[in-house]
Amino acid sequence: MHLDPLILSRLQFVWVIAWHILLPAFTVGVASFIAVMEGMHFVTKREIYLQVSGFWIKLFSVSFGMGVVSGIIMPFQFGTNWSRFSDATANVVAPLLAYEGLTAFFLEAAFLGVLLFGRNLVPRWAHFVAALMVAFGTLFSSFWILAVNSWMQTPAGYEVVDGRFFPADWWQVIFNPSFPYRLAHTVCGFYITTGFVVLGVAAWLIRRRTFVVEGRLMLSTTLWLLLALVPLQIVLGDLHGLNTLEHQPAKLAAIEGRYDTASPAPLTLFGIPDGKNAVMHNEVAVPWLGSLLLTHSLRGEIKGLKDWPVDQRPPVGPPFFAFRIMVGCGLLMLALVIWGTVLRRGDRFVTSVAFLRSCQGASILGFVAVLAGWTTTEVGRQPWTVYGLMRTADSVTPSLTGWDVLVTFIGYILVYLIIYPGGLWVMAKIVRHGPAALGDATIESGRPMQPVAALPLAEGSAP
Amino acid sequence: MTFVQSFVPIWTVILAVGVFLYVLLDGFDLGVGMLYGLAPDTRSRNLVMSSIAPVWDGNETWLILGGVALLAAFPLAFVIVIPAVYFPVAIMLLALVFRGVAFEFRYRDAAHRTFWDHGFAYGSIVATFAQGVVLGAFIQGFKIDGRQFVGTSLDCFTPFSILTGIALVFGYGLLGAGWLIMKLEGDLQRAARRHGRWCLIGVLACIATVSIWTPLAQAQIAERWFSWPNTALLLPIPIVTALLAWTVWRSLDHAASSFGPFLGTVGLFLMSYLGIAISLWPMIVPYRYTLWEAASSPKSQAFLLVGTLILLPVILLYTSWSYWVFRGKVRADIGYH
Ligand code: HDD
Ligand code: HEM
Ligand code: HEM
Repeated sequence: MHLDPLILSRLQFVWVIAWHILLPAFTVGVASFIAVMEGMHFVTKREIYLQVSGFWIKLFSVSFGMGVVSGIIMPFQFGTNWSRFSDATANVVAPLLAYEGLTAFFLEAAFLGVLLFGRNLVPRWAHFVAALMVAFGTLFSSFWILAVNSWMQTPAGYEVVDGRFFPADWWQVIFNPSFPYRLAHTVCGFYITTGFVVLGVAAWLIRRRTFVVEGRLMLSTTLWLLLALVPLQIVLGDLHGLNTLEHQPAKLAAIEGRYDTASPAPLTLFGIPDGKNAVMHNEVAVPWLGSLLLTHSLRGEIKGLKDWPVDQRPPVGPPFFAFRIMVGCGLLMLALVIWGTVLRRGDRFVTSVAFLRSCQGASILGFVAVLAGWTTTEVGRQPWTVYGLMRTADSVTPSLTGWDVLVTFIGYILVYLIIYPGGLWVMAKIVRHGPAALGDATIESGRPMQPVAALPLAEGSAP
Repeated sequence: MTFVQSFVPIWTVILAVGVFLYVLLDGFDLGVGMLYGLAPDTRSRNLVMSSIAPVWDGNETWLILGGVALLAAFPLAFVIVIPAVYFPVAIMLLALVFRGVAFEFRYRDAAHRTFWDHGFAYGSIVATFAQGVVLGAFIQGFKIDGRQFVGTSLDCFTPFSILTGIALVFGYGLLGAGWLIMKLEGDLQRAARRHGRWCLIGVLACIATVSIWTPLAQAQIAERWFSWPNTALLLPIPIVTALLAWTVWRSLDHAASSFGPFLGTVGLFLMSYLGIAISLWPMIVPYRYTLWEAASSPKSQAFLLVGTLILLPVILLYTSWSYWVFRGKVRADIGYH
C-alpha cells in the first residue's frame, strides 16, 4: 500500500493545530477576565470578585496546562514534518517564533505558579500583577504567532535568494498586509469565545439556584461586554474580507463560491461546489449584493476562480461552507446578545428559562466559529504554505515515508482522544462544584491542600 | 573576521546556556516525575508533586526556547537534526503531554488517580529516555545530502543511542533525587537519598561506558582527546568529574547537607556537557556543518539578538523570583508556608 507522507502530514498538522487552537481560544479571554476580577477585588476589596476569580482560575489552570502541552507539540511539527518549509523560511519566521517564547511563554509560565499557588505567599498587589502578566503573556503570544501566520498568508518585507527567504525589512515582515486584521479579528474572536463560555456557565449556576449571586455578576458583566464585542467582530470580519479581496483574491473567490468573474456579482448564500466542472450547483444567490458588500458599489467586479490556472486554485468546499458556518455563528451570537439586553428590563435576563437555556447552548458557538474561521483562512490559502511563493507540496520533510507519518499520527490521535475528554471531564467537575467550594482561604492558598479535598473520603465531609 | 561571523559566538553561548538550563531545570523535574513512581502512598505522592507544581511549566519553556532558538540562529541544524530524530521527538512530545496534564488532572480527579499517577511517572521516564536517544543519535551523526537528512526515520535507534537514553534516565533521576532532598524532610528525604545512591551508580557506569565507546566509534573524537597536548589540557575534566562523583556520594549520607547532592549533580552534568561540547566543537551538525555554516542570516541573528539581550536577563530575574516565592520545604499540613 502506498501512503502519501504529504497528505498524512497535512492531516496530522490539522489534527494537532485544531485541538491546540481550542485552548488559546478560551485561555486568552479567561486570563484577561481573571485579571479584571483580581483588579476589581484589589480596588474594591469585595469578597465576591475573589470568589468568581478563584473559580475561573481553577478552570483556567486546567485549560492552560492542556494549552501548554498541546502547544509544545506545535513548533516541533515545523521540524519533524515541514523541514523544507522551515529551511526556506527560517530566516524570516523563526525570530518571530523565538520572540514569542521570550516575550510570552516565560512570562506566562513564571507568573502562572504565583497566580495559582501564591495568593497567601506574596503581597496582594503582587498577586494582581501576576494575573496581569499571565494575561499579557497570552496576548503577546497571539501577537507573534499571528504575525507568523499572516506572513505566510500575505508575505512582505522579504527577498528570495536561492529559493530561500531572507528578511529585508522587519517592520514589513511583522506588520504585513493581513496582520492587523487577523490579529484584531482573532483576539476579538477569542474574547467572544470566552464570553460565551462564561455566559453559559453563569446561566447554569443561576438555573441551579446554588450560586445565584456569583452567576448574576458573571452574566451581567459579560453580557455588556459581548454587546460591544460581537458587533465589533462583525465589522472587523468585514474589513478582513476586504483585505483578503485585495491580497488573496483567489481565496476570496473560493469563499464566495465564485468560479466565473462577474460585475455586478451576486452574493451566493448557498450552493454545492463542483470543482471538476468549475460550477456551483443548486445556487441560491442575491443579485448585486456580492458587489455591494465587497466593493461597496453596485457594479464592482469580483474575480472568479477560472481566472487562475487549475493548479493554483484552492478547493472551494471547505472555505465556502466554513465561512458560512462562521458568519452564521456570528449572527446567532448577535441575536442572543440583543435578546439578553432587551431582557434586562425588569431583570428578566436572570429569570427567563428560555434565555438562560439558550446561553448554555451558546457556550460552544465561539469554538465552532474559531475553527470555522481558521479553516476558511488556511484551506483558502492552499495550495500554498507561503502564499503564491511556496507550495504545500514542496514544504514537507523529504526523508519521511507514509508509514512514519501514519505511526505518529495514530499516536497523536490516541493521546488527544484521551487527554481532551479527560480535560473536559475535569472541568465539568469543577463547574459542578461551583464557586463557593473555593471560599476557604487555606484551600485557595495552594494546591497542596487540594488532594485532600479530592479524596473520596474527605469529599463527603467537605463543606 | 567579518561582521557576519561575529554574531555566531554569542549565539553559540546563548544556545549552549539555554540548553544547559533546560537540562538542569526540566531534568530535575522529569527526575522527580520518575521517582514519583516509587513514592509509596498518597501523602508522599502529594508532597513530591507539590515540590515541582509551581515551576514545571517554566522549566519546560526552556525546551521551546531551545527548539526555536536553534531554528532561529542555526536553522540548518534544526532542519537536519529534527527530521533525523523524528520518532524520539514525537515520543518525547507525547510523553510530555501525559506528564504535563497529570499535574492538573490528578488533583481534580480522585477516581482516576491511579491512571494519571502512572501517566506522570511513565511519561517522565519515556520523555527522558527519548531525549537521551536524541543525544546519542546526535553524537553519532546523520546521513546528509546537501541541506537535508536522507537516512530513514529508524536510523536513530542504535545500541549507542539506547545507552545514552538509559544514561539520561539515571542522570535526571539523580537530579530529581537531589531536588527532593532539598525540598523534603524525614522519611521521604531518606528515601530520596537511597534512590539517589542507585542513580549515581547508574550515572557513573554510563559516563564510563560512553567515554570509552565514543572515541572508539568516532576517530575524530579520539583524535581530539588523545592527541598531545590535548590530553594534558583536558585531563582536568575526568579528574573533576571523579571528585564530584565522590562528593555527591558523600553528601547523599544521612547527616550531610541537603543542598550537596543537587549542587554536586549539577557539577556532574556540567562536566559531561563540556565533554560532549569538546568532542564535537565546532560542529553543530556533527561531522558535517560547523556553527558558522549552519547560522541564519546576520540580519535574522541581529534582530533576535537585540531582544534576547534585553529579555533574557529580565526572564531570569522574574523566574528566580518565582522560585524564591516557593522556597523552603514542602510540608503536608500547611503546604507552602
Ligand atoms: C492566536 C493565538 C495562538 C495560535 C494561533 C497558536 N497559539 Fe500556541 N499558544 C497560545 C496562542 C496561540 C497561548 C494563548 O499563548 C497558549 C495557549 C494556552 C497556553 O498555555 O498558551 C499557547 C501555547 C503554546 C505553547 C506552549 C507555551 C508555554 O509553555 O506556555 C507553544 C510552544 C505554542 N503555543 C506554539 C504554537 C505554534 C507553533 C502554533 C502554530 C502552529 C500555535 N502555538 C498556534
Ligand atoms: C491556530 C489556528 C489554526 C488552525 C485551526 C489551522 C488550521 C489549518 C488547516 C485546516 C490547514 C490545512 C489546509 C489544507 O491542508 O487544506 C492548515 C495548514 C497549515 N497551517 Fe494552519 N492553522 C492554524 C494556525 C496556523 C499557524 C499559526 C501557522 C504557522 C505559524 C500555521 C501553519 C500552517 C501550515 C505550515 C500549513 C500547511 C500544512 C498543511 O497543509 O496542513 N497554521 N492549518
Ligand atoms: C459574522 C461576521 C463575520 C465575518 C464577516 C467574518 C469574516 C471573516 C473572514 C473574511 C475571514 C477570513 C480571513 C482570510 O481571508 O484569511 C475570517 C477568519 C476568521 N474568523 Fe471571522 N468573521 C465573522 C465572525 C466571526 C466570529 C463570530 C468568530 C469567532 C468568535 C470569528 C473567528 C474567525 C477566526 C478565528 C478566523 C481565522 C483567523 C483570521 O484569518 O482572522 N469570525 N473571518
